[in-house]
Amino acid sequence: MYLLFILLFPLALGSFLLLAKPKNAFVISLAGSLIEAIAVGYILFQSSQGNPTLAVSYPWIPEAGLSFSLGVDGINGILIGLTGLLIPFIVGSTANTDKADNPIYQGLILAMQTALLGSFLAKDAFLFYFFFEASLLPIYFLSAQFGGENRIAITFKFFVYTLFGSLFLLIGLIYVYLRTPGTIGSSDIDVLVETARSLPAASQNYLFLAFFIAFAIKMPIFPFHTWQPDTYTTSPAQGSMLLGGIMLKMGTYGVIRFVLPMFPLGMITWGSTVMILSVIGILYGSIIAIQQKDAKRLIAYSSFAHVGLMSAGILTGSLAGIQGALYQMLSHGINIVGLFFVIEIIERRTKTRELAQLGGITQASFVLSVAFVVLSLGSVALPLTNGFIGEFLLLKSVFDQEMWIGIIAGITIILGAVYTLRLIQKSMFGNVSRITKEFEDLTSAEKLVLVPLVVLVLLGGIFPQAILAYSAESVEKLTQLLN
Amino acid sequence: MSLFYLIPLLPFIGFAINGLAFPKLNKQVAGIIGTIPPVVAFALSLQLFLNFDGQAQLYTLAEWIKVGELSIPFAFQVDQLSLLMLLIITGVGTLIHIYSMGYMAHDAGLGKFFAFLNLFIFFMLILVLGANFTVLFIGWEGVGLCSYLLIGFWNQKNSYGDAARKAFIMNRIGDLGFLVGIFLLIQDFGTTDYTQIFASINEGNVPENVGLIAFCLFIGAMGKSAQIPLFTWLPDAMAGPTPVSALIHAATMVTAGIYMVIRANVLFELSPEVLHFVGWIGLATALLGAAIGLFQNDIKKVLAYSTVSQLGYMFMGLGASAYTASFFHVMTHAFFKALLFLGAGSVIHAMSDEQDIRKMGGLKSHLPITYITFLLGTIAIAGIPPFAGFFSKDEILASLYHHDPIMWSLAIVGSALTSFYMFRVFILTFFGEFRGSQKQADHLHESPWTMTLPLIILAIFSVGGGIINLPHFAGGNEFLAHWLAPLLPAAGEASEVNFLSLEGGAPLLAAFLPAALAIYLFGMKKSVPGSDESVTGIQKVIYHKFYIDELYDILIVRPITILSNFLHQIFEFLVLDLIVEGVGKIVQYASTEFRRLQSGNVGYYIFMIVVSVTVILFLGLKTWIL
Repeated sequence: MYLLFILLFPLALGSFLLLAKPKNAFVISLAGSLIEAIAVGYILFQSSQGNPTLAVSYPWIPEAGLSFSLGVDGINGILIGLTGLLIPFIVGSTANTDKADNPIYQGLILAMQTALLGSFLAKDAFLFYFFFEASLLPIYFLSAQFGGENRIAITFKFFVYTLFGSLFLLIGLIYVYLRTPGTIGSSDIDVLVETARSLPAASQNYLFLAFFIAFAIKMPIFPFHTWQPDTYTTSPAQGSMLLGGIMLKMGTYGVIRFVLPMFPLGMITWGSTVMILSVIGILYGSIIAIQQKDAKRLIAYSSFAHVGLMSAGILTGSLAGIQGALYQMLSHGINIVGLFFVIEIIERRTKTRELAQLGGITQASFVLSVAFVVLSLGSVALPLTNGFIGEFLLLKSVFDQEMWIGIIAGITIILGAVYTLRLIQKSMFGNVSRITKEFEDLTSAEKLVLVPLVVLVLLGGIFPQAILAYSAESVEKLTQLLN
Repeated sequence: MSLFYLIPLLPFIGFAINGLAFPKLNKQVAGIIGTIPPVVAFALSLQLFLNFDGQAQLYTLAEWIKVGELSIPFAFQVDQLSLLMLLIITGVGTLIHIYSMGYMAHDAGLGKFFAFLNLFIFFMLILVLGANFTVLFIGWEGVGLCSYLLIGFWNQKNSYGDAARKAFIMNRIGDLGFLVGIFLLIQDFGTTDYTQIFASINEGNVPENVGLIAFCLFIGAMGKSAQIPLFTWLPDAMAGPTPVSALIHAATMVTAGIYMVIRANVLFELSPEVLHFVGWIGLATALLGAAIGLFQNDIKKVLAYSTVSQLGYMFMGLGASAYTASFFHVMTHAFFKALLFLGAGSVIHAMSDEQDIRKMGGLKSHLPITYITFLLGTIAIAGIPPFAGFFSKDEILASLYHHDPIMWSLAIVGSALTSFYMFRVFILTFFGEFRGSQKQADHLHESPWTMTLPLIILAIFSVGGGIINLPHFAGGNEFLAHWLAPLLPAAGEASEVNFLSLEGGAPLLAAFLPAALAIYLFGMKKSVPGSDESVTGIQKVIYHKFYIDELYDILIVRPITILSNFLHQIFEFLVLDLIVEGVGKIVQYASTEFRRLQSGNVGYYIFMIVVSVTVILFLGLKTWIL
């Protein structure tokens, strides 16, 4: 029942906002997201205590063996926690803007939360698929309605591209589902995993591709990424936060939940290919980020590079790789929401994100520059920031699997420093420019969002055990299955 | 909780207070709050040192990263090596904090400055106290961050920001090597704990790739300790305030590479070819740094290249397995180089921020304390007995003499260059006519006591520091060698030196003759280096640092920039996106074709339904429509 509550509460509140269009949408949305965060926190605590009563299951289409079943374990718990944690920040980041009391905007954010949570909570593959697709709707409207330049064409491309990818997933799911035992079959993920594992190599090879392409587009992995920089750049700040902070993790989560356990033989065939594509993405994204002129686009490419490393680590199928990836999903979500928010704050005041026009902001707002530097350090994986834990484990896992690929992936720590420090210098340091001359210091609402994120970057780097221990058991179970 | 934890904790608290209270806190208060932590930490370290019973003590705070079998705790180790490093860091650190109260008194960012200095001390302490390579790595990267923040302290100036970035990025190149070393250690030993790794090796469990591990760790050292090819960031780092140059870029951080190699000497001893490499890199860097130092006219740049060169000497010593000698030089270098930098700072302070020695001259009467102390520092670094630098450098040279005579003779050449460029700077700064502007002349003054006191204390250590490892022939008992012995391999150190032999005499000649030459050229003939345009030929090449920065620019920076633009503007849009759009176009075309199927003719639809159902049933795919 608890799970049902955290799943549906945001949607209920979001629908209320969308339909009733109340005046003080911001307060409602923020309060709702905070209640949701507390509820999520409670459930995660319960699940860490091994409370089995959490899982729920209702018949959905019993004739076909489809059920509406939800559950929490150490793996999806991380992502549920991430979603619960980030939404209040995303809502809070709209404070004092024209979007704050826009019920449509807030309603879409909350509706998005349900879709995201649904895909993470689902224990039924078709339910997962349903939410995986459903999440496209709120984000589509957010970006197409409230985005920047050229938003319609860009959002349309994003929509069609990801939809195209998930068609493969659907076909693959149906194929495996039809082979499940029993007269009416089952679409329970565990049953599908069992079934798929026993399929012959030829089938697994095709299925691996079908599943992986869907997730690769979502993350995105090179060369399926061309929708990403445009979409991240043109979406409104909160849209980019939802996309980069949480939604891309549907892809990485999908690989952990489906691709890894389902297709051990497909992995033998395709494992090294997709691993190399992931690592190419790390370098490719980093190198392009070096020359970006638009701060937001720079972050978009850096996110592309980061997700490449997560994917590579997951594909090792090792304990360190998956633990590292889960931790990095959490850290990356926190960091990118913070970074997008800093860019948004700058854009609010200067009406631009062009690095050439910025500079010297530290002189006007010391706190903003400190926050930006700390978030960036998380992003370049400095020890004692959250980013280090994930990258350390991920790079180690890739290195253990294939030394040279690990070293090439490791170049990310150098290139990451190159583009991140350039971003800091062009925006925060140097002389004030014509438009940063009258830069206003942070408002208290902005501080309330930014400072906790900064604190989380540091806490995550110093006390990772709290999270790593939470996911350890489930990941160990998974890796035992893999080896 | 042991009092021990206060040592790293106090600087962190100082950082937190000054960082959070900036810029509201009164500057004087900020200075005092920033200075207390290193003072107390020094006192605590001294107490630890005096009570040390020869047994390494482990302090394990908590689990940091645990994944499966791999466990990396926050653990600290107090032993012979970390204790000495503690004393250097907190001792020299204290003096530099006191000095900074005077030097930075007029700077609006003083609170921020002390926050960063404290943070640096914190990370440096973590670096030397860590009981495993991963905790060492926390400090290793942390000091790199502080170095970045402090080089770019005056970040309004873009060139300073560039210098800061360069330092961080070059260090990161080294850090990747270090990280790979850590991964290899985990593969071989399943841990990064010093004690476990070294114990395992002592039990005869020597992994095949031990040479590779040592090599990777040394790549890290090349970045942090500014060795060829990763040395060009250090001279640029002089953009930071002078106390920073003294503390971070001379006395402590840049010697972290030497510390690490000594710490991991068990690994390096098993890899003779890597040690050989270390020695030659050190030699090449020592000579290159000294050569460039010959013609520099910026007082801080001379000292920076001198640091690069002296670090080279330390690595040469390591290459010859003379760990004690190298560490001895780390210690004496911390004294005299910090002294020289702080002296240079005092000069720059008096000269209204002028750093060009061609505009100085005759400062000895205006800055008497700075003059005397700088002279003592110069004698110490030149290797003139019985000053500190003589003993430590002589020990390195003596071990080289037995290790590899070619290296030894080249090291003697470098030593001669050192003596020359240091006396050149010294004479041009303090003797002759004043060559600056009238305005600068009117402003000349000796620095306040907060600045001269650290100079005096460091000068005392630069003169007498040799006592730490005074050899038997000079009446000493080789304290340092005995102290470090439990951590080091048994053999390798040099024996007694006879000053009448080539081995003993050459270093003395290399110290005295160039000094005399410099005194003759710049003191008696009063020659002053010409303007930048006047230098020609080989001298010009050296003056421009062998154009190494330009070379890196052409070989690395520009290709990456071009690649970045190519990938973004051409590959991304003309190749990848075109394919995606192409697929879209095909789908669009197909859909216009298929649209004909949707004709709106109900009869046609029914016909299609019947056909479809028949086909499905025929194929026996009942389950499809369940």
